[in-house]
Amino acid sequence: MTRRPILPGLIGGQGAALVAILVGLALLVPALNLLVPPSSPFHVPTHFVVLFGKWLTYALLAVSLDLVWGYCGILSLGHGAFFALGGYAMGMYLMRQIGPRGVYAHPVLPDFMVFLNWTELPVAWWGFQFFPYAMLMVFLVPGLLAFALGWFAFRSRVTGVYLSIITQAMTYALLLGFFRNNFGFGGNNGLTDFKDILGFSIQAPGTRAALFALSALALAGSFLIARAIVTSKLGKVLIAIRDAESRTRFLGYRVEHYKLFVFVVSAMMAGLAGALYVPQVGIINPSEFSPANSIEAVIWVAVGGRGTLTGAALGAVLVNAAKSWFTGALPEYWLFALGGLFILTTLLLPKGIVGTIAEHWPKPRRRDAERVPPLSAAPQPAE
Amino acid sequence: MMDVRTTQALLYLDGVSVSFDGFRALNNLSLVMDPGEMRAIIGPNGAGKTTMMDVITGKTRPDEGDVMFQGRHDLTALDESAIATLGIGRKFQKPTVFESHTVEDNLLLALDGERGVIGNLLHRLSGAERDRLDEILSIVKLKDRREELAANLSHGQKQWLEIGMLLAQDPALLLVDEPVAGMTDAETAETAELLRRINETHSVVVVEHDMTFVRDLGVKVTVLHEGSVLAEGSLDQVSANERVVEVYLGR
Repeated sequence: MTRRPILPGLIGGQGAALVAILVGLALLVPALNLLVPPSSPFHVPTHFVVLFGKWLTYALLAVSLDLVWGYCGILSLGHGAFFALGGYAMGMYLMRQIGPRGVYAHPVLPDFMVFLNWTELPVAWWGFQFFPYAMLMVFLVPGLLAFALGWFAFRSRVTGVYLSIITQAMTYALLLGFFRNNFGFGGNNGLTDFKDILGFSIQAPGTRAALFALSALALAGSFLIARAIVTSKLGKVLIAIRDAESRTRFLGYRVEHYKLFVFVVSAMMAGLAGALYVPQVGIINPSEFSPANSIEAVIWVAVGGRGTLTGAALGAVLVNAAKSWFTGALPEYWLFALGGLFILTTLLLPKGIVGTIAEHWPKPRRRDAERVPPLSAAPQPAE
Repeated sequence: MMDVRTTQALLYLDGVSVSFDGFRALNNLSLVMDPGEMRAIIGPNGAGKTTMMDVITGKTRPDEGDVMFQGRHDLTALDESAIATLGIGRKFQKPTVFESHTVEDNLLLALDGERGVIGNLLHRLSGAERDRLDEILSIVKLKDRREELAANLSHGQKQWLEIGMLLAQDPALLLVDEPVAGMTDAETAETAELLRRINETHSVVVVEHDMTFVRDLGVKVTVLHEGSVLAEGSLDQVSANERVVEVYLGR
């Protein structure tokens, strides 16, 4: 009797390492920032905490993208839109927290509305003074948009490059919409000048350290959810859809329901990433919807390793670390470097960093002695 | 619209026509299959064999005609997954298995049972399912390769895996498109034997070019030509038909 769990452990080796690292970072980085004196070589400066925290939210966006692209073959070129919508939901809460401390000192209306001579708060802004409501919107707005888009696209069997173009058009349409002042979300200036979050000053090192820790934990938690999804039987169906969609239909699976489920879950994760990003960088504006952002996220996933989850997170951090270095040292060459990186990855490392390593790593679960003989030894059919 | 049983037939096609860009792939095709029957469909290339399967499984909508399953399901109104859920399984001409899944997972995905999103998110392999997988793996002789990725199987093994997936699906009607293409003589004979065993509990439609194989099956044969039925009967009967010899056998 062979013993092989259909669910090969919930996390797997790489996954366990990733979660351990993230939980370790969530504890260690705030401690080194807040408790170790700045004179010590072990001190982590606050601007690094903010920078790393931002990368972690990008990693979360990458994991959400890998869930749909790597496991279900849905290449979304508009995932930045879900990220930005989550960011705007958080930004709207932060704007409402400013209250009378704004330049125009209006008790309710954010500065930009006073500036535009608005007298009433638009309906879309109602309730955002309440943190739980804003958090609900962080998930609900990207989730509903993904549901609406997915409902029509997947039912009509829009796949491949056509779906990618639709998602790209979606984020571009939102970019144009949010740029307009009368759209009601701050126009091209976006939302900024935040003061505090849940009563804590947004500039305080303690708040920043806490946001970092939350980003690390959100990434770990979302990774575990994504992992649970892809290792379940549902995950096997997703991979089946990715590899042979029509065959999956002939087995009786409603492909559109599966795609819709994973697309909505992924959009909500991206929304969470955006919500954690905004208080750390202190601003959200329409440029977050720009198609280039979504494409960059695709590159992170490709570099790290599509269909690995850990690779997506790693790719996001590595590419952004490279971006930080480049934009400091050789700012005008960053886009060339990014393009080159994508081409090199596609040509030389089609499975990405983690995918390539995993391929050459000995697999402990599989008993090598029992592995199948090389193909030539198997019975070959006559052609 | 059809609530009452209108025919005793398992599968009933009447006056079915399909055109692609003016080409009539099916032309007033009528075919009736009894429950428990195995039927071989032969005919030259372009006779409409695969189009007929596409119509039955919901991949292609006929321009006109009736397609009824079990006398009460109008298949022209249903899509692929609904038809599969009714109990019609299909094996493709080119073996189509999930290459990046293991042999066992291919069968697990095909296994009759939960098809819903949430149900599959929470699915745990039951003892009964495990036993069924073991049984199918033995039938299709892939037990020692259960953990191998399907991509690494030989062509013949992929064909058998796909037949195994049909067994796992346990449909009332199996549509099998060229199951022995690319197989050795020994494999072909074994496949005929396997299909005969499957036919003990399932109805089967087999499309095949290989006359030795069709003879091995020993079942009623329907000859298609230019989208309609040219002849029907035992292989000996249709082989004696002049028109059949002219368009197909005697080429």
